[in-house]
Amino acid sequence: MAVLVVAEHDNASVKDATNKTITAALALSSDVDVLVAGLGAGAAAAAAAGIAGVRKVLHAEGAAFEQGVAEAVEGLVVPLMATYDAVLFAATATGKNAAPRIAAALDVSPISEIQEVVNATTFVRPIYAGNALETIETSDAKKVITVRTTAFAAAGAGGSASVETVTAGAPSAHVTFKGAEIVKSDRPELAGAKRVVSGGRAMGSADEFHNVIEPLADKLGAAVGASRAAVDAGYAPNDYQVGQTGKVVAPELYVAVGISGAIQHLAGMKDSKVIVAINKDADAPIFAIADYGLVADYKSAVPELMGELAKAGL
Amino acid sequence: MKVLVPVKRVIDYNVKVRVKPDQTGVDLANVKMSMNPFCEIAVEEAVRLKEKGAATEIVAVSIGPQQAQETIRTALAMGADRGILIQTDDDLEPLAVAKLLKAVVAEEAPELVLMGKQAIDGDNNATGQMMAALLGWPQATFASKVEIADGKATVTREIDGGLQTLEVALPAIVTADLRLNEPRYASLPNIMKAKKKPIDVKSTGDYGVDVAPRLKVLKVTEPPKRAGGIKVESAEQLVGKLKEAGVL
Repeated sequence: MAVLVVAEHDNASVKDATNKTITAALALSSDVDVLVAGLGAGAAAAAAAGIAGVRKVLHAEGAAFEQGVAEAVEGLVVPLMATYDAVLFAATATGKNAAPRIAAALDVSPISEIQEVVNATTFVRPIYAGNALETIETSDAKKVITVRTTAFAAAGAGGSASVETVTAGAPSAHVTFKGAEIVKSDRPELAGAKRVVSGGRAMGSADEFHNVIEPLADKLGAAVGASRAAVDAGYAPNDYQVGQTGKVVAPELYVAVGISGAIQHLAGMKDSKVIVAINKDADAPIFAIADYGLVADYKSAVPELMGELAKAGL
Repeated sequence: MKVLVPVKRVIDYNVKVRVKPDQTGVDLANVKMSMNPFCEIAVEEAVRLKEKGAATEIVAVSIGPQQAQETIRTALAMGADRGILIQTDDDLEPLAVAKLLKAVVAEEAPELVLMGKQAIDGDNNATGQMMAALLGWPQATFASKVEIADGKATVTREIDGGLQTLEVALPAIVTADLRLNEPRYASLPNIMKAKKKPIDVKSTGDYGVDVAPRLKVLKVTEPPKRAGGIKVESAEQLVGKLKEAGVL
């Protein structure tokens, strides 16, 4: 069977989420092609061709692709599916936006956020915010899948695939891109970061969040996350949200500061390798899953931790 | 402008989900059920559009068991005008739901479908996008701001790394993200009033669409449990432990 992976990229390079999606695709079939659709995305296409295991790269150009417009991706991918048995997206905002649309156009039941490939028709995916796992078997001839990237290792370098140009149709007249505000940050991207520092409602204000969580994150070279409670209270922007309704992360180190550990937050971070919790409430549920718990007020504990990290040469 | 708001009855988001010992699913017996939180946000947004004069009628539609009437009543108490229940005891996949909702759209001819981005049971995040494809309508998913003017919806969307603004021509599908609004609590008089609002009860057979499942659930299991660790006494000890664990 032939599998198509729709790449996420910034026109210059391919995002790590795509390398992980390729690993999932290779568990389905050894015939894995990658679609790089963007604007001036030749470098990204070349980068995709260098990923181990990739058979061929399809490169399409169009402004609507750069903006991730689902209608445009549908228009490009659906005709390509005549020659593929499955299409995989990373389960990111962009992938989740486009994949179901393509599934419906193909009259296929999409399979969202797989975390394991059992065989070519059977997959494991989390439901109820990861509080249960379902193993499902599809009877659809073609498969449309999004991949929970934290569950797969990234495919490495070492490929030498060819790059083929594909022509995109006219963009949808019903959708107009008006603009984007992308937060510029020197910090790693939350979803793929090796270390994450998250703050909770205990911060009490956006200023406190900024003054406590961000310096600790920067000291650790970590991405910044937040609980839903902190986001709801306006202490942190929504795209910092870790949890059932936000981002699912699985870094090597997750530091939860002033987070009680609501089910919905735990769902988004419980697969982290090492979890540290700092909370003054010794009974907070977060301690039940933390590898290292420090029962202390973050107001004193975080500065002390910064000091100790400095001593340790960080 | 008529607004259609699909709503789903799900396990209340504060309930601890338990997997059945026979691995056939999660235990729904004697568990508190509520409107899916993202659906609530969609209802609230529709009601706000009506209060602003941008919407004239709000129709809440649910596909589910007889008790899903309660979910529709919740929407009516928040300010929806009438309801449609497509009654079924089957657990339908998003593809089937999208096909049924497409048929409802054909009958009701709304200019806007406002719905939650995902239900917190199946966590598929698919139905809105699928409906849009089946209808050939534009979509604006994960909305944190919606403005309606001149036959267009200007929608600010939550994307990775920030926000994006799209202008979609109506009719369109908009799916609600968390920050779109904070849903109201229905007042007692509005709850009483909602009891008198009409709910049309239909069956899946009324729409003549294929709702057969494509996916077979082989088993539902509990995720591996994470063992709790230790408590440390100080930041110094914590840093020592993290070094030992090789994560610093």
